[in-house]
Amino acid sequence: MTLLNLSLLDVALAALLIVVNGALSLALKLDLERKLAWAAARTVVQLLAIGYVLGWVFSHARWYVVLPLISVMTLIAGFAGAGRGTRTYRGQRVDSILSIWASSWLIAAVGLFAVIGIHPWYEPQYAIPILGMILGNTLTGVSLGVERMTEALTARRDRVEMALALGATRWEAAQDAARDAVRAGMIPTLNQMAVVGVVSLPGMMTGQVLAGQSPLQAVRYQIVIMFLIAASSALGTVGAVLLTWRRLFSAEHRFLAARLVERTRAARQAG
Amino acid sequence: MTLTPIVQAHGIARRDALRGTTLLQPTDFALYGGDQVAITGPSGAGKSVLLRALALLDPLSSGSVRWRGRPVTRAAIPLYRREIAYVRQRAAILDGTVEDNLRYPYSLRVYRDLRFDRGVARELAAHAGRGADFLERDASDLSGGEAQLMALIRVLQLQPQALLLDEPTASLDPESALAGEALIRAWFAQGTSPRAWVWISHDTAQAQRVGTRQLTMRAGVLSEAATPAAAGTASAREATTQDPPDAQHTREVRDTRTARGIDKESTR
Repeated sequence: MTLLNLSLLDVALAALLIVVNGALSLALKLDLERKLAWAAARTVVQLLAIGYVLGWVFSHARWYVVLPLISVMTLIAGFAGAGRGTRTYRGQRVDSILSIWASSWLIAAVGLFAVIGIHPWYEPQYAIPILGMILGNTLTGVSLGVERMTEALTARRDRVEMALALGATRWEAAQDAARDAVRAGMIPTLNQMAVVGVVSLPGMMTGQVLAGQSPLQAVRYQIVIMFLIAASSALGTVGAVLLTWRRLFSAEHRFLAARLVERTRAARQAG
Repeated sequence: MTLTPIVQAHGIARRDALRGTTLLQPTDFALYGGDQVAITGPSGAGKSVLLRALALLDPLSSGSVRWRGRPVTRAAIPLYRREIAYVRQRAAILDGTVEDNLRYPYSLRVYRDLRFDRGVARELAAHAGRGADFLERDASDLSGGEAQLMALIRVLQLQPQALLLDEPTASLDPESALAGEALIRAWFAQGTSPRAWVWISHDTAQAQRVGTRQLTMRAGVLSEAATPAAAGTASAREATTQDPPDAQHTREVRDTRTARGIDKESTR
């Protein structure tokens, strides 16, 4: 079994399918045509670019090439992880980058070195796609978790204040919100794990099968990946929620609600 | 005076860094056992700011609070708040029944030496004029006034040493307001060492009833009320705002706060 190569013409044929979306948008007056065009263009440009970058990296497999690349990937994930929610606080980006970086690299290291056992340690063919999958899922967990945390603390501010006034520690006052937040951040991964193979065939497994790998080997990889993703998004979410908690509650057991600002306002002040 | 105040504040002040306004001018205040302090003043004058500052709930821009003559360490803050209990203007309601709400404090570490006593809770509810089924009611079904009574019972059952009451009966009808007052007075009369309260009220008649010492708050400045009620009582002690040279200036700042919106400190 060999992989059928796609020519650029084949890709262009598939790209025409975006017309379906455009027609729907026009017919239903969704007013999405510009966004669709922009999103389609981004898909093409970003993927072509990463194709060239990966091709080049694979042929120059040196640690000083791989390390900067995966660092940039991690940074971008960190920025994206801080972009959700109507409220934000100063330092959210740093917290997001920190929690995503620590959790995804730790778990990726376990997966790459202990489980898969790649050699050399920076082997880009493994390190880049696996870290990428971990990052994508961790950033979802982190952004959902922090969004829920800031939302819950805003909505339950009176309860938090009441608890503190009664003598609750800053953790006792925040723990309900923090628990909700961690749960919210972990649900996408749990859902995904529940339906994997039944409803969805993950992209990586599909890719391996298309490339001629035996399905039995492909599912083994997929199982490993699922657990790596689950562990990293759990760690990342917990880390991000705890960092948020530390920013919003002072050591004097005070809730610094004034630090939570609406995003538009924060952007205006930054600008 | 050889007595040590339960709470003593030295030059405590609060600025709103975001808007660049002064919420509380540097204030000295002492609360002794047996004190019944009433504070009146227009909305937004800083009455709640003062109580929250005394409860250490907000970061102070300057000044310090001493508890029985000692500074309050970080680790002691929960214990301090157990003894010096701040009661919010609007009751915070937790999910569940009234009893669930009353049980909540006992889940906190600072109260691990206490156990919830349903008998005490029932007694307090009866004292507040609530029926026998009050504890079983769903807390989310309570009216604003009932929720406020529940919040009072939640604090009073814990027997704090001092209460910082932020308009505790504002949301109550006149009859329930009197019941609420009676509850608080009963708490005041108990205890092995003399208790104390600071009571914010919009209602001047109530302020006269509940304060042996009358203070007013205006534009962040705390002062003795001009009414004669406080005269002659032993508790006409210090309650002065340190007269800052820029007091006049700050008041101007409050009027021109939009112009100050571009203040460096407002950038967050």
